[in-house]
Amino acid sequence: MDVVFLSRLQFGLTTAFHIIFPTLTIGLALYLVIVEFLWLKTREEIYYRMYRFWVKIFAIHFAVGVVTGITLEFEFGTNFARFSQAVANVIAPLLAYEGMTAFFLEAGFLGIMLFGWNRVPRVIHFLSTCLVALGATLSSFWIMAANSWMQTPAGYELVDGKFMVTDFWKAIFNPSFPTHLIHMVLASYETAAFVVAGISAYFLLREKDVLFYRKSLKLAFLLAVMIAPLQVFVGDQKGLVVAHHQPAKLAAMESHWETNTEGGAPFVLFAIPDMEAERNRFEVTVPNGLSLLITHSMNGKIQGLKDFPPQDRPNALITYWTFRIMVGIGFLFPAVMLWGIVLWWRNRLFDTPLFLKTLVAIQPLGFIATVSGWVTAEMGRQPWVVYGLLRTTDGVSPIAAGNVIWSLTLFMFFFALIGASYFFYVLRTLRRGPDLTSPIPPVQRPAGMRPVKDSM
Amino acid sequence: MDLVHLWLCLVGLVIILYVVLDGFSLGVGMLFPTARNEEERDVLMNSIAPIWDANQTWLVFGGGALFATFPMVYTILFSALYIPLLTFIFGLIFRGVAFEFRANSTRKTKWNRAFFLGSVVAVFAQGITLGGYISGTTVVDGHFAGGPFDWLHAFSVMVGLALIAGYSLLGATYLIIKTTGTVQERARRQAFWLALVVGGFMLLVSVWTPVHDPSIPARWFSVPRVYFIWTFPLLGVVAFFTLLKSLMAKKSVTPFLSAIVLFISAYLGLLAALYPYAIPPAVTVLEAASQRETLIFTLWGACLVLPVVLGYTIYSYWVFRGKVVAEEGYH
Repeated sequence: MDVVFLSRLQFGLTTAFHIIFPTLTIGLALYLVIVEFLWLKTREEIYYRMYRFWVKIFAIHFAVGVVTGITLEFEFGTNFARFSQAVANVIAPLLAYEGMTAFFLEAGFLGIMLFGWNRVPRVIHFLSTCLVALGATLSSFWIMAANSWMQTPAGYELVDGKFMVTDFWKAIFNPSFPTHLIHMVLASYETAAFVVAGISAYFLLREKDVLFYRKSLKLAFLLAVMIAPLQVFVGDQKGLVVAHHQPAKLAAMESHWETNTEGGAPFVLFAIPDMEAERNRFEVTVPNGLSLLITHSMNGKIQGLKDFPPQDRPNALITYWTFRIMVGIGFLFPAVMLWGIVLWWRNRLFDTPLFLKTLVAIQPLGFIATVSGWVTAEMGRQPWVVYGLLRTTDGVSPIAAGNVIWSLTLFMFFFALIGASYFFYVLRTLRRGPDLTSPIPPVQRPAGMRPVKDSM
Repeated sequence: MDLVHLWLCLVGLVIILYVVLDGFSLGVGMLFPTARNEEERDVLMNSIAPIWDANQTWLVFGGGALFATFPMVYTILFSALYIPLLTFIFGLIFRGVAFEFRANSTRKTKWNRAFFLGSVVAVFAQGITLGGYISGTTVVDGHFAGGPFDWLHAFSVMVGLALIAGYSLLGATYLIIKTTGTVQERARRQAFWLALVVGGFMLLVSVWTPVHDPSIPARWFSVPRVYFIWTFPLLGVVAFFTLLKSLMAKKSVTPFLSAIVLFISAYLGLLAALYPYAIPPAVTVLEAASQRETLIFTLWGACLVLPVVLGYTIYSYWVFRGKVVAEEGYH
């Protein structure tokens, strides 16, 4: 096994493990901002209880997210030193800005958010929640800027194999950045909304703390109804950007081999792409579908994978299927929401067991869609680390494979251990349920507040 | 002062901020097993729980800033010091999740251990990284060209042990400020003994470094360094005796400040010994710097953002000022 493969495997593994946690914290932070705002505005105690309950889930995710995120920052240097040296002028400042603007903001106010209830006035506490949410979102801004630059580099010139900046504005706001960022932020909001909805639905089915979980579900539901259809739209826009700037990636995502010369390109509904034979096995296609999707015309020309030399093609099997999984989930979510709206209309949102069971079942799908989307984006960029300009094989560190085998083994072992502990503590926090009785901190209590029972 | 040297000072400042801030947090982690019961352990944990994450963020920024402004240092050193650096990260992972997992756990023993071991491993690996860095790196054509275990030798292990003592001292003096009663008494005793150990290590390093690398004393006695190099050991000696005196006089804040000054004196001595090399003995500061546009762009951020960050960090410390009590969690 060579250093390239091992380093990619390690980076992919740490990213996939890491991304689960910020995905939820970005979304849950928004949920907490809304909940605390409602508490301060309506003075209904239930919102305070909701905040204190969901913030526990937030805190556990945050802790794991932080430590795994630091790992990634180090891996640029340890595992991809040649890449890092080539691109340092362009994307390293973005990481520095992430540290300065986002990470500090989150870390600085998280303490007040978790421990500051007795120590600061309520407005400062609310402000802290907002700043943590802002920090989490800013974090994705910088990371997506760096990542989308690797997909569609801009604002640079190549001098002796090094990328020199000519225009930071263009480098940050590179062609794929806007859709890349919005797609990711919406994925976070969507994932968190379905997690809260799924957990709430589970306890509603068991008739535990019914009033509490109804309120939680309602809020998550409203969030999901707004975001799920929006995400489908943004996803479509993102597809157009990929088609325009990364045609080989699009061809792999759609498992499209031959460039259509006469008539439209078919949409491959189901297939097993075979890289060796350069064709699909058992394909089910929709005639003209791909042309319609990408060019919005029946006969639009779409480049096929065969247009690219074999050494420049991404792995179609992985890219095609991870993309299918993401898109499938992306459509499933708004479909379930549509069903929910109908139930809401009939005033049966909380007492349709099948709907609640569905919410429970689809709860983890947001994470799966996010990870699949990442794999699609990153595998689709291969064999390039900077699209079209620098090959991944030329980006790795000059280190011994044994180093990476050692670290990879430890990562797998530790991630398994931390992942298992994380599940254990999240499940236990959930099993214990919300605390509906302990006194509200005096500094925080708004005058004339209504207790839990009245407000529901 | 030119842009590169301005950034050298800024990166240097960020690193010492990280060393002091995460140093005392890690130090508390290493003193963790000396707490007698679960309640005392809660006190130790709560003394750093609201601020450890902000402390550790200086590492994230330091890493990002180093990558942006001195990419060659970042890429060459991180390849050369692969194993100690990732060991450091593994330690930080366990130290970091222990805060949250321990608070959620009913059987706390294993997370107590993870917290302690994570802290010790992180600090020891950090010391070895530093020792390996000082000892020199093989560089060919701007890339690391040495072996995977170049960093492992008696000198780097000694630096690792010295850092364990040093951070524990920072942790103990911090606990004197934040605690009362028996916990405070114990921290005071620990600080006293640790101060002696740290003093011994600093003496040892001062003797061993010139033996280990003869080019360093040559730089010490070159102009203009020869005129001010003696101020650093002098500062160290003054800080050392202030520390001992303030501990015996049962002062609460002075020991912590003296310990910080002790660290700063060692740090400045080290920087003066290494300059103008960014990676001894191969790459100088000017060679390692990134392009001018990048330095300026990143400097804008640092000038606008860091004062604000410092402001709210101080505010956060102010919010959590005073002595800690065992029951102040959020669960």
